[in-house]
Amino acid sequence: MSRSSEEVLLMVNYVRNKKTDGMLYMMGERMAWMQNSKNTFSYSHPYADIKSQKISPDSKEKVQLQVVMHNGSANTFHFNNPEGRSAQIQDRDAVKELLQQLLPKFRHKLSSELEEKNRLLKENPELFQLYKDLVVTQVITADEFWATQANKYTNGGEKGELKQQTGVSAAFLADIKPQTDGCNGLKYNLTADIIESIFRTYPMVRKKHAEHVPHEMTESDFWTRFFQSHYFHRDRTTLGNKDIFSECAKKDEEDIKEEMDKNVKDPFLDLTQLTDSTLDEGYGGTTEDKRISHNHTNLTMIRRFNYHSTMVLKACEKNMGQQESHKGDSATNSSEQIGDSPSPMMNGEASTSSNTEQSEPVTKKARIREKLELEDFQPEEKEKSLNLQLSRMDRYLHGPTPVVAVRYTTGEDMMQATHSVATEISHWTPNLTQVISENVALSVLGELSPGGALMHGTSLQQLHQMVSPNVQEELKQQYNALCELLRHFWACFPTSSKFLEEKVVRMKSTLERFQMAKLNSLKEKLEEDHYSIDLTGHMEEMLAAAYRKFDMWQSKRIQKKS
Amino acid sequence: MKINVDGLLVYFPYDYIYPEQYMYMLELKKTLDAKGHCALEMPSGTGKTVSLLALIVAYMRANPNDVTKLIYCSRTVPELEKVVEELKSLMVYYEKELKEKPNILGLALSSRKNLCIHSQVSLERDGKIVDARCHSLTASHVRAQHKHNQDIPVCGFFENFDAHGREEPLPAGIYGLDELKDYCREKGYCPYFMARYAITHANVVVYSYYYLLDPKIAEQVSNGLSKKSVVVFDEAHNIDNVCIESLSVKINRRILDKCQQNLESLSKLINRIKDTDAERLKHEYQRLVEGLREASVARETDVILSNPVVPDEILQEAVPGNIRNAEHFVSFMKRFLEYMKTRLRVQHVVSEIPPSFLKDCAQKVCIDRKPLRFCSERLRSLLRTLELTDIQDFSALILVSNFATLVSTYTKGFILIIEPFDDRTPTISNPILSFSCLDASIAIKPVFDRFQTVVITSGTLSPLDMYPKILDFRPVTMAMFTMTLARTCICPMIVSKGNDQVAMTSKFESREDPAVIRNYGNLLVELSAVVPDGVVCFFTSYIYMESTVASWYEQGIIDQVQKHKLLFIETQDAAETSLALLNYQKACNNGRGAVLLSVARGKVSEGIDFDHHYGRCVIMFGVPYVYTQSKILKARLEYLRDQFQIRENDFLTFDAMRHAAQCVGRALRGKTDYGIMVFADKRFARADKRGKLPRWIQEHLKDGLCNLSTDEAIQVAKRFLRQMAQPFHREDQLGLSLLTLEQLESEEMQKKLEQKMQYV
Repeated sequence: MSRSSEEVLLMVNYVRNKKTDGMLYMMGERMAWMQNSKNTFSYSHPYADIKSQKISPDSKEKVQLQVVMHNGSANTFHFNNPEGRSAQIQDRDAVKELLQQLLPKFRHKLSSELEEKNRLLKENPELFQLYKDLVVTQVITADEFWATQANKYTNGGEKGELKQQTGVSAAFLADIKPQTDGCNGLKYNLTADIIESIFRTYPMVRKKHAEHVPHEMTESDFWTRFFQSHYFHRDRTTLGNKDIFSECAKKDEEDIKEEMDKNVKDPFLDLTQLTDSTLDEGYGGTTEDKRISHNHTNLTMIRRFNYHSTMVLKACEKNMGQQESHKGDSATNSSEQIGDSPSPMMNGEASTSSNTEQSEPVTKKARIREKLELEDFQPEEKEKSLNLQLSRMDRYLHGPTPVVAVRYTTGEDMMQATHSVATEISHWTPNLTQVISENVALSVLGELSPGGALMHGTSLQQLHQMVSPNVQEELKQQYNALCELLRHFWACFPTSSKFLEEKVVRMKSTLERFQMAKLNSLKEKLEEDHYSIDLTGHMEEMLAAAYRKFDMWQSKRIQKKS
Repeated sequence: MKINVDGLLVYFPYDYIYPEQYMYMLELKKTLDAKGHCALEMPSGTGKTVSLLALIVAYMRANPNDVTKLIYCSRTVPELEKVVEELKSLMVYYEKELKEKPNILGLALSSRKNLCIHSQVSLERDGKIVDARCHSLTASHVRAQHKHNQDIPVCGFFENFDAHGREEPLPAGIYGLDELKDYCREKGYCPYFMARYAITHANVVVYSYYYLLDPKIAEQVSNGLSKKSVVVFDEAHNIDNVCIESLSVKINRRILDKCQQNLESLSKLINRIKDTDAERLKHEYQRLVEGLREASVARETDVILSNPVVPDEILQEAVPGNIRNAEHFVSFMKRFLEYMKTRLRVQHVVSEIPPSFLKDCAQKVCIDRKPLRFCSERLRSLLRTLELTDIQDFSALILVSNFATLVSTYTKGFILIIEPFDDRTPTISNPILSFSCLDASIAIKPVFDRFQTVVITSGTLSPLDMYPKILDFRPVTMAMFTMTLARTCICPMIVSKGNDQVAMTSKFESREDPAVIRNYGNLLVELSAVVPDGVVCFFTSYIYMESTVASWYEQGIIDQVQKHKLLFIETQDAAETSLALLNYQKACNNGRGAVLLSVARGKVSEGIDFDHHYGRCVIMFGVPYVYTQSKILKARLEYLRDQFQIRENDFLTFDAMRHAAQCVGRALRGKTDYGIMVFADKRFARADKRGKLPRWIQEHLKDGLCNLSTDEAIQVAKRFLRQMAQPFHREDQLGLSLLTLEQLESEEMQKKLEQKMQYV
């Protein structure tokens, strides 16, 4: 069961499970437990399956750890190191911490899939209904359902991935409220969210974390140091070189420098280029307040605030940037691109306008225009709506009609027809002996006028008025479900493989089940409501067509076999 | 639309107009008719620039003999470009209406840094370096050498311009910096010199203040401009400081040391040339004897340094005999330098006026006033004779000689202060000599005298009567305009106390009080929770901001602010602040919202707009008084009191309030924009402060909004924001704060406007 190559991160002895002693293995991708007497794992839980872990409270006698799976089941491990309770707790905590680190990694992978499905169902009520109709009632299995739905929605899924990611709160560090533990110490509570925020905002910390934990220090050690560092106490100047974070501080300073060197390209913001022809050194300076503060701590603090805000902003921007590039919308970040693209340098006298130079004035001009524009001076813009241009009005109104049904009549035909009608009318002589009686004529006219029996099938518009919305809704659902099933059914043809053949048979029975369970009940219900029209007729026809196909296919198969 | 402004047909490039714009044009027209100067205050963000351009261009077209040129001065490069863009859209409108291109040439002029297209030089970002490198490629002697020796590099663009550029004038049209560069790239001309040449015949010139106000630059650039020009100083609320800066000099020991080196290398050079080419020096001497000052018809590329004093003061006579000889001049400068060094060796603060300095100088080292006045000119002549390329290296010597010229030219309106150390570090000797101009009118006087109309305008010029006093001019019109509003889109309020009733103030005695700081913090926290998008805060000084931020951090206020918005803070490093600003705007754009802490009088407050969502709320933490302990300021206050009868307190309050108004005014652009303006100091409520705010802010600052606590302020803000969130259509504005042509021409409206006019 266990692959030899699998990396074992932690082994804990004296772990009881279901009252039997054994050993707990924490491996690269799963945790497993082996009974002492055996050499195969009794349990093996891939981390991806684990939803959460729970630990027994300190007040309880037994030192336990429970892992809860995604499917709702749970497994409890009891740590009973003979060396005593403290050793037991130590064992447990080791496992706990390791799980703490590992679970988020795997959860990410798994949850993305699960969440994706969940999201799809949430966002598509119809799909959800279908799911309910087909999967929950066990007409088809969930896997089958997703297998067919997946490709349908993968394109749409991409759109979903671009969903906005929540930003990082600027005050996330302030939200970590220290609590005194009573004896001169402070306790910080870190949640996964906060850690994520810290990582996203300060990639350097993430890097350090990856470097140092757990090889050189424990998770808690790392965070203790973090809380002692300048990141948390922004008024602290960095101490010595020993601290892992002092390196970060240096890196941060470099980052700031680098950003500054890039130069702010926006002519409205670049303070260094704002004034024209500044006074030479030594002139002026009499009206300016030249007092400079000498408090280095305050200065670095202010810079750190700026840096912090910048980084928070960046953490959110990363996603945005991706989105924009997806859309191919470069207008908004064009200014940044300008900054990045190295300008080709020309030597010699002829300075040709390089890329940067050319695109710069364009954005600059746009900015200036924007600045100048007074909103209320602009001529009113009329909402531009596109006119619907229809080459053939009836197509739009009635939907596409099969080509055979269309009878094209030329103008000549029309003329002829009207002509012949006109001549016929002019030559018409009533044959009074064969006229039907008054009463009959009246009743016929009555039947021919709207509401009459003969006008029944012609007024389609009335259908949605005749049928109550609930029934419409239900019909729609049934149609959806049936169509989906039929799609599965028809998708099996031609039956090129054994699997497909089996599926056809299965689908046939599924369809039958559907007809029995759903369609018939619906039909009965409709009858109760006294609908004169046959609303389910089409569905039945579709089913019948499927059955016919199946019968044909089956008889062919039997023939072949025989 | 085409409007009739007091008999003048004005093409206005939009279909709608604000009533203020019309009134503004009326006033402007009167001024132009009277050929006098004016000071006009018009609410920020109500389309001042376009009104100015539309009227003056129309006036120029109608009276080509009275007004030939419009010189539009603004402060920052982006503002220049905005003006050009506005001018362009005006011309597009003209073209549409006239069915032909109007024969108007408009262009922007900026420093070489912004105009250079030379492949290598243009890569530099520092203006001084660009200037120096340009000079090293275009100086006349370099070009002369190039003729003999092709290896010596010259700038091809300039050569081409010099050969052909002046023959064909720039075709009519509007040239911003980029258009000019494009045009010149195509033609192979140097854009900078093209622009310098073209401004003499252009109809509209757009450039920075310094090109008119700084005598060193004005002499080279703006000399040939016609007297019949209209000069506009936009954003002129700070113009007095620009004037003062351009005439002030600061010298410290490092500069003197450098100056020493300069002199030594100069004398070495002179000796060498004496051995090789004595003729050249003799020739120069002859020239000086004959008093041919600038006989060598100002080679435009050579005048990299010019006289630091305003043109009226330049003596029209020959250079005195004792400094005509190059060696004599160098030893003369050496003597002066030694004298300066002794002056810097002081233990206590010295403050004296130029005459006493000169007298002392004459007594100690026997240097008279007269040769000193010629110092900068003499040096210029020498540097040219020596054919130096890297003039930037001699900046220290140039500075000292400019100082010599300045100090000996002006006996009044200047002060010399020598401080042995910085106030903050009294133990470290760091002597500094500041020679400051106290009188803003000196630098601007030639402008007023020379041009027939000078327009001083800004969104915040209140109190208007102060400017004619400190700039010493007599305006024919002074007017301020209120903002007609269909909905009150500004919400000024004075927050005087926190919820705990402790007064809010940045008064020196109580600014360190933790309660005050906390109250300021709470105000920010609560506002940032209520206000959408951007919140901008201004502190009175950088140091105050820094200490407040530190206390806020300890008090946990920063954390609370961060819960609502991202926090960005201005620093003293311009590049760093630019980055913070960029991110601030990003945060405002993507909906996170941000708080920017900044400093009144800082770069941000002067140059950056916070319109629309970039600044939904501006908070002034305290009254932004200038640092009053500075000795220069004290001298200036004294001077203003003695010369112009302006009381010290009046000036300080005026100065503080114009900066406060400037800060809060940055939040508004157009009448569809809206913003909250919070003045967080109880002193704002006093009549002397409140009364100095621009009228368009004052009229919305009702008595009920002048003494609020934090809670009350939040309520007011909430209500205001809810109102502003209601849809606002053009129909709501039309006829009230926005006019169509018919509405403008209706008699009723004309009467109404007539009544609204407020003269000072």
